[in-house]
Amino acid sequence: MSDVRAMYEQVILDHNKNPRNYGRMEAPDRIVDGFNPLCGDTLKVYLKFDGDTVADVKFEGHGCAISKSSASLMTTSVKGKTRAEAQALFEAFHAMLKSDHTAPVDEAALGKLRVFAGVREFPVRVKCATLPWHALASGLIHDLPEETVTTE
Amino acid sequence: MAASALEKPPAPYDVERVRGDFPILSRTVRNGKKLVYLDNAATSQKPQCVIDAISRYYSQDNANVHRGVHYLSQRATDLYEEARHKINGFLGTVVGCETIFTRGATEAINLVANGFGKGFVNAGDEVLISHMEHHSNIVPWQMLCEARGATLRVIPINDDGELIMEEFDRLLNGRTKMVAVTHVSNALGTVNPVAEICRKAREAGAKVLIDGAQSAPHMPIDMKAIGADFFVAAGHKMCGPTGVGVLYGRAELLDRMPPWQGGGDMILSVTFEKTVYAHIPARFEAGTPPIAEVIGLGEAADYLTKLGMDKVAAHEHDLMVYGTGQLKQVPGVTIIGNAKEKAGAISFTMDCAHPHDIGQLLDDEGVAIRAGHHCAQPVMQRYGLAATARASFGLYNTRAEIDALIAGLHRVREMFA
Repeated sequence: MSDVRAMYEQVILDHNKNPRNYGRMEAPDRIVDGFNPLCGDTLKVYLKFDGDTVADVKFEGHGCAISKSSASLMTTSVKGKTRAEAQALFEAFHAMLKSDHTAPVDEAALGKLRVFAGVREFPVRVKCATLPWHALASGLIHDLPEETVTTE
Repeated sequence: MAASALEKPPAPYDVERVRGDFPILSRTVRNGKKLVYLDNAATSQKPQCVIDAISRYYSQDNANVHRGVHYLSQRATDLYEEARHKINGFLGTVVGCETIFTRGATEAINLVANGFGKGFVNAGDEVLISHMEHHSNIVPWQMLCEARGATLRVIPINDDGELIMEEFDRLLNGRTKMVAVTHVSNALGTVNPVAEICRKAREAGAKVLIDGAQSAPHMPIDMKAIGADFFVAAGHKMCGPTGVGVLYGRAELLDRMPPWQGGGDMILSVTFEKTVYAHIPARFEAGTPPIAEVIGLGEAADYLTKLGMDKVAAHEHDLMVYGTGQLKQVPGVTIIGNAKEKAGAISFTMDCAHPHDIGQLLDDEGVAIRAGHHCAQPVMQRYGLAATARASFGLYNTRAEIDALIAGLHRVREMFA
């Protein structure tokens, strides 16, 4: 199997076709717009908190299979986590994608997010995978009701 | 003896022989896949003669142009000016027009926006562009309008991706100082009726710049028939090197435009009190020009002329018709831009896959296309899209390569549909 076919793991294809937590959220605490100026992809991440916990997270927008499945898997990974846990997951995910494609993957920290390891072979696609996470991270730390982040 | 017996029949266009002129086309990519290069609207590949001309210049003739008394300087100057002559010829040699070499088509447009803008555009004036322009034919005019208090107006396009000419007629008025329109759209492939645009603009008293970056590589350019005041082209899109572009313009107009970059080579005399500027073309070629690139571009123009741009156009028209027909048969494919006259590029989307995923999977098959907004975001907005996939043809592409593209799209469907 080629590297590209390896990158499009079944899990990625499944989340691309049937994205979880997709759509508008009523009365969110935060809305963060993510924008990748290189390709024009845009997505919105909605967050609702219960104290320190991410009570609900949804997303919507236009993007490629990598960004859409990454957003979908992100929502399933951080729902119910504390802000600090979600932030740690973002950092682990980011660190994996920035690492050399031969570097070992921290499977314990990343869980199912490790399916994105194959993206490392295609540097232009790394930003597709991290776009939703940058939006999430911004929503976790900032108090603005609505903001925009870009990959650039 | 009948005259026809003396005339050789026109040589057919031998695409396989043409392919042999381009060394890169025989390389493989992605673990031994045959390269199918369908990204010609971004840049074209280079024939061996162009590569050789650049190499020969650096190994035999390198010197700075225009000032030296020594042998090599004269030789480099001759080669440089010979290239100007070749480009004049390639564009149809119009009496009273001259070629200015720039660092690219973008710089050529910026040159006109600056020079013509400072000289002729004032508060209350209007600049008319179209909805299908590349960013390089939008932003310089926006900057000009902002600086001069002028207004930017936009000719709309219809759903097929054609200019709405009734709207052009309506927008064109006595305040219009400049009409800047692309000859061929890089994002839609539309061929615009540039001669009609130039004629109407002239009647209204406006000047016209035609962006020929996407037309010069694909069809014969006859500046006389087009009738533009300015025509720009990109060297690297027409088998020439990167770093060089062409501004072909009316000398009478260029000579009245203030220079936009100051420096060596563009002056007659300099004192601290006053500088007298040189006449064109030197007036607009400040500093050491891209000499090797200009010489390479001259060689490219020769190469294209030898092939015959009418034959290139006919060959590419066949690819356009064949490619359009084949694409339409792939389930879920929508072609963006269905103008009656198209050249160069076919933009499309697929219902099952994002353009980037299409591009990535095609790359895995060795097929190089482009995915994105093609530096024409207003076009994308017009169709409510963030991006399209774009296959763009050149003079060395074949029907078999289109078949490879189509086979790749079926694999995209297998994975994503």
